[in-house]
Amino acid sequence: MPIRRDKRDRYVEIEVGAPAEPLWVRCESCGELIFRRKLQENQYVCPRCGAYFFLSAPERVASLVDEGSFEELPPPRIEEDPLGFSDQVPYKERLSRARVETNLNEAVLAGRAKVQGIPVILAVMDFRFIGGSMGVGVGEILALAMERAAEERKPFVLVVASGGARVQEGVLSLLQMVKVVAARETLAQAGVPYIAILTYPSTGGVLASIGGIADVTIAEEGALIGFAGPRVIEQTTGERLPPGFQTAKFALEHGIVDAVVPRAKLKEELVRALSVLAGEG
Amino acid sequence: MTGEERLRLLEEKAAELRRLAQEHDLDLSAELAVLEQKIAALKRSIYAELSPWARVQLARRPDRPSGLPFVQALCAGFYELRGDRIVGDDPALRGGFGKIGGARVALLFHQRGTTPEEQRQSRFGMASAHGYWKARRIMEVAARLRLPLLTLINTPGAYPGVQAEAHNIAGAIATCIWQMLRHPAPTVAVILGEGGSGGAVALAAADRVLMLENATYSVISPEGAASILWKDAKFAEKAAENLKLTAQDLWALGVVDEVIPEPPGGAHTDFLGTVEAVRQAVLHHLRELSTKPLDELLRLRYKRYRHVGSAGSGH
Repeated sequence: MPIRRDKRDRYVEIEVGAPAEPLWVRCESCGELIFRRKLQENQYVCPRCGAYFFLSAPERVASLVDEGSFEELPPPRIEEDPLGFSDQVPYKERLSRARVETNLNEAVLAGRAKVQGIPVILAVMDFRFIGGSMGVGVGEILALAMERAAEERKPFVLVVASGGARVQEGVLSLLQMVKVVAARETLAQAGVPYIAILTYPSTGGVLASIGGIADVTIAEEGALIGFAGPRVIEQTTGERLPPGFQTAKFALEHGIVDAVVPRAKLKEELVRALSVLAGEG
Repeated sequence: MTGEERLRLLEEKAAELRRLAQEHDLDLSAELAVLEQKIAALKRSIYAELSPWARVQLARRPDRPSGLPFVQALCAGFYELRGDRIVGDDPALRGGFGKIGGARVALLFHQRGTTPEEQRQSRFGMASAHGYWKARRIMEVAARLRLPLLTLINTPGAYPGVQAEAHNIAGAIATCIWQMLRHPAPTVAVILGEGGSGGAVALAAADRVLMLENATYSVISPEGAASILWKDAKFAEKAAENLKLTAQDLWALGVVDEVIPEPPGGAHTDFLGTVEAVRQAVLHHLRELSTKPLDELLRLRYKRYRHVGSAGSGH
């Protein structure tokens, strides 16, 4: 599931849902057949062309925290499918499918962790789970995580990988934007720093809420950062999108993020920020 | 005979039966029960006459009461503030100060425009990044002056454009939500027409959220949902039903505090009546909110949004 760019340096979305454990994986971007272990060692970046593959939330956690230090927060109890939504597939069925495919309960994984010895509360979104979309479940997990961070006075670190709001939960998903911003205010009240890491994709209602108002915002090289998707912009306005539009570099040049970092250097970058910001005094 | 006329007739008949029963000490409960069932069924059918999709069409009418004419009729001495102080002035999202019922308020509202030229300039009420940065600026001024904040929402959504992205429209919307949650005075949001997604919620993180009877509030347009989920925009009507975007549905979900009735044909048939109904509702809620000390106001506001959609919320 790599992220490819076309000739105009825009992203091309690749089907998600590759088979779980093949020995070899084909890079959709350059066609290279890569030994899976080798790809894993390279943090899911194609060794030949440098295309970024999606990282699952557990893999992302492992890439950022000290080994064995992650301890998941107890999941909240929420009412599922509050609207009784059904399109071509009932929403309840989409949820159970996503759970089977990802082995996660929701599109975000949150817990206590240590990053080079520094205790943090870490939340990582997973694009494989209904596009990493934010409904009541994701909103609730994020809010709880931020409240824990404020209480325990630990920095809050969020890795965004989300297409936006979960349409199947209607306006309740829209209002999760307000919920997570409200919880973000508790971090501010406690004087606890919040670092966001924006990856592919960081768009829609998640960027326009919790993803857009961190104290420090780091973009992973290969990230897509924007409110509206490229296709929506083209269709609505008829505008031609400039090369490199909504890339991490675009965000840096327009003053939207503080740094652009390759995947292999993300932990190092996070440690650099945390070692200055974390702690009292 | 219209449904409403038939309803009135049946209700008169029921009243007559009740009077007869009392005056002559008769047991007419069986007859009354039948009549009451008929009345209930008729009410349901009149109510159901307007499908969610029909309400979407009403909410989108260009002559729907909203924007600058609405604000000028709603308050005395509206004084407009313009520009975000960085990029420019977005005609799609406007704001300033005025007096309602003698009380000072800060206002923010979407401007869709009525003539084609106005509509083009204001992008049919789709505000861009500098619109939301301006909204943040006006919220900050209002916060300094401790003024209650009233927002009047009518937008298809925030503007999806290259410049909007370059000026961080996502960050602007997030900042508006944050600023509104921190506002040190009462806040009331009224959805007058379309409450489209992020462009609406940026102005809707209020203590009280009111909706006109035929307004809509949704995470995505029915057409957008249809093309994403059904892969075919023809399913918009079905999407409109599934999304629960009507004022009645949102009141039942506990998202909306009050549904402001519209005249039978829709708000556009009675501009001044609609303004008056909104004024009364806003004044009522502002009066209630003004009795609360600031720390309680902020605590209740936090609680409202912290638990939205969680088990146990709703009316």
